[in-house]
Amino acid sequence: MINKSYKLVTLAAFALAAFMFSFSDRTGQAISPGAVSAVAQQNQPRHPEAKSDSGNLVVQLCDGKTSMEIDGVREGEVLTPEKAREVAAKMMAAVAAEQSRQTSKWTERDRLTWEREQKRVIEEGDKLFHDWKALGGTIGISCDMCHPNASNTHAETYPKFQTQIKKVVSIREMINWCIENPMEGKPLPLDDPRLIAVEAYMAAQRKGVPLDPGKH
Amino acid sequence: MWPLKWKKREQEYRRERADFFQAVGRLDRRSFMKIAGTAGALAAAQSILPPHSFQLVDVVEAQTAEKPLFRFAYISDTHLYERTLNERFVKATLRAVQDINALDPQPDFVLFGGDLAQLGQPAELELGKEILREVKAPIKMMVGEHDWFLDMGERWREHFGQPQYSFDHKGIHFITLMSVNEKDFWTERKMTPMERMLTVAGLDNSLQSRFEVGDEGRAWLRRDLAKVPRTTPVVIFSHSPLYKYYEPWNFWTADADQVQAMLFPFRSVTVIHGHTHQMLTHRIRNIHFHGMLSTAWPWPYAPEGLPKLTVQMDRADPFDEADGTGDGTIDVYRGGYVDKNHNLWSRNPLTVSRAYLESWGRTNVPPAPEFKSY
Ligand code: HEC
Repeated sequence: MINKSYKLVTLAAFALAAFMFSFSDRTGQAISPGAVSAVAQQNQPRHPEAKSDSGNLVVQLCDGKTSMEIDGVREGEVLTPEKAREVAAKMMAAVAAEQSRQTSKWTERDRLTWEREQKRVIEEGDKLFHDWKALGGTIGISCDMCHPNASNTHAETYPKFQTQIKKVVSIREMINWCIENPMEGKPLPLDDPRLIAVEAYMAAQRKGVPLDPGKH
Repeated sequence: MWPLKWKKREQEYRRERADFFQAVGRLDRRSFMKIAGTAGALAAAQSILPPHSFQLVDVVEAQTAEKPLFRFAYISDTHLYERTLNERFVKATLRAVQDINALDPQPDFVLFGGDLAQLGQPAELELGKEILREVKAPIKMMVGEHDWFLDMGERWREHFGQPQYSFDHKGIHFITLMSVNEKDFWTERKMTPMERMLTVAGLDNSLQSRFEVGDEGRAWLRRDLAKVPRTTPVVIFSHSPLYKYYEPWNFWTADADQVQAMLFPFRSVTVIHGHTHQMLTHRIRNIHFHGMLSTAWPWPYAPEGLPKLTVQMDRADPFDEADGTGDGTIDVYRGGYVDKNHNLWSRNPLTVSRAYLESWGRTNVPPAPEFKSY
């Protein structure tokens, strides 16, 4: 079992960097390595000792985050040379895999937030697309009546020239046009959350369709 | 030298033009091709190249030597709200009535293709009835799901009678099917009648069941067909297409296969359906299928399942509220198959001929659109 405690590493790296900075070459003179290591040793954050609840031996690498519980070897026992080689190889492979990626500032929580918020706005747009009153229509017709599943709204083709608007427009301007014309409502401000929601819904319906701005 | 040469060109042009118009009346396929070329050249010479040449449309029709047995007209999918809420759909319906009343000669009858009302409300149905009363020719009514699911057809039946019936006209057996029944999805969800209506009215929700003629309807059809000789041409009116086009939008009849199986033994069967608001053409064995236009709004083609024989109508211009909508006429021939004339209000009229379907799309191909749905 290989564990990684990212927080600890980040902390350790940060402490080390801060520490190094305090020793940086403000005077332009080389700092004696001996002096650094003496202070470093004092300030070096210590890795917490890796332990297993089961009482098995836990081996930890000097990066302070990669550790491995050895099944069948109790704490305090000594590994056979073959077993030790096998454990070392596994742990080094784990480190190599880890180093092939950059560390990310984004956590699972960020990802879940992105997803949840996107979904919320798409669902809001879905509702608006099916509700003429909510978009300010006045004659009982809603977007979905003419565009089931947002068909023929072509979010992937914007911005593009629209003949009646006589210029290249964003899809929000075209949504506004449809609100004004078939639906006989009033256009919304371009940063109105309702427009953004409808745009999000229409774009979601075209997910995976290649971007093709200008296509009619 | 120059004036002489010019004179000669002018004479040549006049002769070509005279030949062309003379030839229009008596054409076979091969000379049609030749004349079509000439017509193009003539148009180019006058620098008037219409998007689809009117002359060519005439020529295609002129080709058909056989005269139709009779003609009927249709108005479909008017989706009326009360006049106070929505004038647009009222105006479109009135326009269709005007079109049909202006036909000379008058059609033998007019099919109303269903979805008279938008939400099945009494006032909507009454408004529709009032407008349709202006139609001079006799009307054959068909019901649509928008007329039905508020009160399960109570009002509609009061106004127009039973939704399923048959009649004979000039040797053709006509059947109007009630094809928009749905299995109960509302009781369990404790929906109000209006919630049920609104659910059925939407295309892109997965809550509702799929359309079907249903067990009772099919039993009725079996009894009705039992009286009809296999050689008698049959024309069926159904609101939903009597085949499986696109399930997610209920462009679909769940028991279509069973209904078709009852129709295969007949020599010629034609199905005229509403609901899909678009030019739609299909053939399964002996059955030709034609979709009707809506007066209210056009629908995009579904992303999959489009029958191969369908020549799409051009994508509608959102800046023109009449585009993609219209009404039409149907010419019925002795053998029972029909020419379907789509009277698209903002485009040239367009015919999907029986010859096109009889040849499985090899001849008489209707003109292709500029822009396809995607
Ligand atoms: C009465 C029918 C109708 C209604 C209601 C309607 N539209 Fe449209 N809209 C159309 C038609 C027809 C087109 C042209 C479609 C095509 O190009 O194939 C169109 C085009 C569009 C386009 C441009 C597509 C392109 O490729 O340029 C967008 C975007 C759009 N509609 C969004 C909306 C939105 C959002 C609503 C609701 C606020 C709405 N429409 C309501 C009929 C309608």
